Amino acid sequence: MNTDEILKNIQQKFGSDVLDIFKKSETRAIISIKPGSLLRIADYAFKDMNLRFIIATANHTKKGFEILYHFSNDNIGLIVNLHVILPVEKPEIDSLANMMSGANWIEREMHELYGIVFLNHPEPEKLISEGNWAEGVYPYRRDFK
Amino acid sequence: MVKKTLIPVGPYHPLQEEPELFKLYCEGEIVKDIKWETGYNHRGIEQLSEKKTYDQSFFLVERICGICSTSHPFAFANAVEEIVGVEIPNRAKYIRSIIGEMERIHSHLLWVGLAGHFLGYNTVFMWAWKYREPILDLFEMISGNRNSYAMFKVGGVRRDIENAKIPTIKKTLEQFKKKNDLLTGAVMDDPVIHARTKGVGVLTKQDIIDYAAVGPTARASGVAIDVRKDDPYAAYPLVNWKVITAKKGDVFAKAEVRLLEMYESISIIEQCLEGLKKEKEGETEVKVKEIPAGWGTGHAEAPRGEVFHYVLSDGTNSPARHKIRAPSYTNIATFKKSCIGQTISDATISLAAVDPCYCCTERMAVAYDSKTGEKIMNGNELIALSANKTHELKNK
Repeated sequence: MNTDEILKNIQQKFGSDVLDIFKKSETRAIISIKPGSLLRIADYAFKDMNLRFIIATANHTKKGFEILYHFSNDNIGLIVNLHVILPVEKPEIDSLANMMSGANWIEREMHELYGIVFLNHPEPEKLISEGNWAEGVYPYRRDFK
Repeated sequence: MVKKTLIPVGPYHPLQEEPELFKLYCEGEIVKDIKWETGYNHRGIEQLSEKKTYDQSFFLVERICGICSTSHPFAFANAVEEIVGVEIPNRAKYIRSIIGEMERIHSHLLWVGLAGHFLGYNTVFMWAWKYREPILDLFEMISGNRNSYAMFKVGGVRRDIENAKIPTIKKTLEQFKKKNDLLTGAVMDDPVIHARTKGVGVLTKQDIIDYAAVGPTARASGVAIDVRKDDPYAAYPLVNWKVITAKKGDVFAKAEVRLLEMYESISIIEQCLEGLKKEKEGETEVKVKEIPAGWGTGHAEAPRGEVFHYVLSDGTNSPARHKIRAPSYTNIATFKKSCIGQTISDATISLAAVDPCYCCTERMAVAYDSKTGEKIMNGNELIALSANKTHELKNK
């Protein structure tokens, strides 16, 4: 399956959940999706398309909390990024850790650094801030004036 | 009621990239649960990088890991060059790959030595670390440093490897190859090492996919992923080499993969040196004046697996967001699969098998948990347990 086929597949299967697809090159692409559809699309990508989960990147921008879930197809060297934007007032999204253990740590880390809530996380304990950080302080949040 | 013993491994020895604390909860000899704590040395490097210029960030990311210090600049360079859309000169590609592969050799040797030490085979430890020295000397000759070589920059490399140095590098590698034959033989043919490592700390293919594990840890379980082959960068597409895999997923398979990978690394370096001769001396970089707005995802195959960097640029001279994922971040999580159900003496080598931060295990206090009164074992006791098991096997 080549890059175009993978992107087309996701577009066809999830239609209105896919907001935008941007193919930067043959090996890099971003798919913007609705936050509510993450679990279904990630499940399809991971289990049906056999994409490897690399890691997720959170970022605090003027649009809200943006998360990029980086997946890889190692047969063709493709990195597909699933992109969601969460509102600052209610940064909540489904956890992927029940589906793949590889997402367990990074979701806990994103929670501690940005205060994003991952719903139904199997192990919602502190990962990096155990015992030595102040409660309710999220160091990677930005101040937009 | 069976009394549970808590064995902490770590955390106060931030020599390697990830100071960490493992808590092994044991019933008798058997590990029943494992927990992991980190954050002891959280340096906020991602955010620090966003306050530095791209040029400065190279030096910063080089200091994430003390052993494989080139792997982070490698991935960072790939990410930034993807944003710029620049193709670096062939000479720079060869030099990057040479540095990357020399680093793989010295990192794998370091692991083999420590694995030997954990098993009570200090001869292996002495050999491996002795053979590692000439490689570090080569680094010193090329870059002026035994570690943290500061070779990479956007658009190429900072220093050339002059053609006059090529014979010395070749000679050192030839000598090393013979030593590596000895070392590989000593490890692969030893019945006691077989007894201690085969069937121990097994990770199945499904475990690897589930935990998103990478590098030799994944390849030892039959998952043939290697960024150098899958998403080729630097000089890797210009040379011939093969991805080493094993099937069983145990500690022995991981050792096998690393030992055989060193031969591939030697072959890659030799081919790159030949490639260098064909390129003009001094053509080591393309001048990059500014980094445009955009994003780049760069990855590189470090000795421990895929290093991943995501860089978001807003057109200024520093990254707007810089996400870094080191391979141990995903590999360490596999301990939940590889250690539970094993004896403590086998857990020692299973913990070491993915090549995480070993130094941590050496610095521990003998203590009793103040709340529960459970006995806490120390690192030396742990290593002694593992070494004793090997001696018992030897004497049988």
